[in-house]
Amino acid sequence: MLKVEGVSTFYGNIQALRQIQIKVKPGEIVTLIGANGVGKTTTLKTISGLIRASEGRVLFNGQDITAEPPHKIVEMGISQVPEGRCVFPRLSLRENLEMGAFIRQDKETIAQDVEQVFETFPQLKGRDRQLAGTLSGGEQQMLAMGRALMSKPKLLLLDEPSMGLAPMIVVEIFKIIEEINRQGTTILLVEQNAQLALKTAHRGYVMETGQVVLQGATDTLLNNDQVRRAYLGEG
Amino acid sequence: MFVQQLMNGVILGSTYALIALGYTMVYGIIELINFAHGEIYMFGAFVGLLLVTVLDIPFFLAFLLAMALGSLLGVTVEYLAYRPLRRSSRLSALISAIGASFFLSNLALLIMGSQPFSFPNPFEAKIYHTPLFIISRVEITVLLSSLILMIALTFFVQRTKIGKAMRATAQDKDTASLMGINIDRIITITFAVGSALGAAAGVMVGIYFRTVTPTMGFMPGLKGFVAAVLGGIGNIPGAMLGGILLGIAEVMGAAYISSQYRDAVAFALLIIILLFKPAGLLGRPAQEKV
Repeated sequence: MLKVEGVSTFYGNIQALRQIQIKVKPGEIVTLIGANGVGKTTTLKTISGLIRASEGRVLFNGQDITAEPPHKIVEMGISQVPEGRCVFPRLSLRENLEMGAFIRQDKETIAQDVEQVFETFPQLKGRDRQLAGTLSGGEQQMLAMGRALMSKPKLLLLDEPSMGLAPMIVVEIFKIIEEINRQGTTILLVEQNAQLALKTAHRGYVMETGQVVLQGATDTLLNNDQVRRAYLGEG
Repeated sequence: MFVQQLMNGVILGSTYALIALGYTMVYGIIELINFAHGEIYMFGAFVGLLLVTVLDIPFFLAFLLAMALGSLLGVTVEYLAYRPLRRSSRLSALISAIGASFFLSNLALLIMGSQPFSFPNPFEAKIYHTPLFIISRVEITVLLSSLILMIALTFFVQRTKIGKAMRATAQDKDTASLMGINIDRIITITFAVGSALGAAAGVMVGIYFRTVTPTMGFMPGLKGFVAAVLGGIGNIPGAMLGGILLGIAEVMGAAYISSQYRDAVAFALLIIILLFKPAGLLGRPAQEKV
């Protein structure tokens, strides 16, 4: 479904990504783990078109999307939940969700899908006129995920959904991620909480300083000595 | 007397408000003070004048055409003078804006000459008397048209899909583009709408003060900018409020202090309000995102 082929990305003169190779197959949850600043977010932004790759290609369902602008990539079926949620703080909950459905024209089904989001995230229910900026961090994460789903993506990119949230809420969010995947959306998950990410995903990539250093099924990675030492705080 | 002055202030202020909206909308999206906006206003006045006098087009049709052409000019200025500088420093875009402003007013001087044109009164010179104030048909037209335009704009920004996308883009451009919103298109629409309002103000001031000159955009342009800052730059209701307040202050200053100082009153008001509320009356204090 998604193929990142030898992608390198620069910020000015600083190379953020070196020859990244990533593959996501339909129906999978794939996770990208690694420490702060190794290029996980940059990888997602390169896929969604916010940053242009200077080398390599990004293919989505066989189509080269490397040079496409973000709004075109959304239309092709990739939706991103950015790091730090980035809900529109001075738009209401409902308006945020409507923005998620910006590329769609079918008014009635959009209204149904808004209700569907409220089913998935009952905490948001009945608060559709509230400004998104007044929500708690966990609620904003839920809103941002609901908003991303409103475009009916084939591939959902999640950037650090656990960031800054209480452990209980993180567990809840990850249950919902699994549920979203069960309902047929493929997911690429960037996460610092390696333990949780590896338990949720099917396959994983480990990144260090702009490169993929390890990859494999998550069961294998969970038992890998190097991963256990560096990311799971064991041994 | 006082109510009469208040009324005059509101009428003048409503034209400032229309100009201010163009500044504030553009600033809200791309954080640029579009100094060429005063020239869009001048352009609107000339288009209205020429359509009414040379082509003998009915006033309201001329008014709408002036808005449409003003909007086209605004979009063109953005495309030629600002878009190529989108990724440069904000100062470059600002200087480009000042350049566009001078270019347009000098172009108008070249084409139209420096003598003032007089705008024919499109209506019979009827004056209505109420117990508290008198008001002419032209003044009623100016007031009502501004009001209708402001209500229409509010509806557009609050209720329509494109309006919501404009607000989303103003709040967070990257995330807006992740929603599938084409940011370039939103910027174009913002310039189109803001310039249409500026051109509308030009036509209205044309029939209100009855003179049109190539340099007429400078002062009202500045005052529209002052009104936008007064209300809180980037804030749409703020621009409306700022415009009306500025109009009232100016008329009151002229009536009760001296008409020589009407411009001084406008800018003094700006300084005083900014001393106490640096973000403007309805502006949000600048905050770093966490």
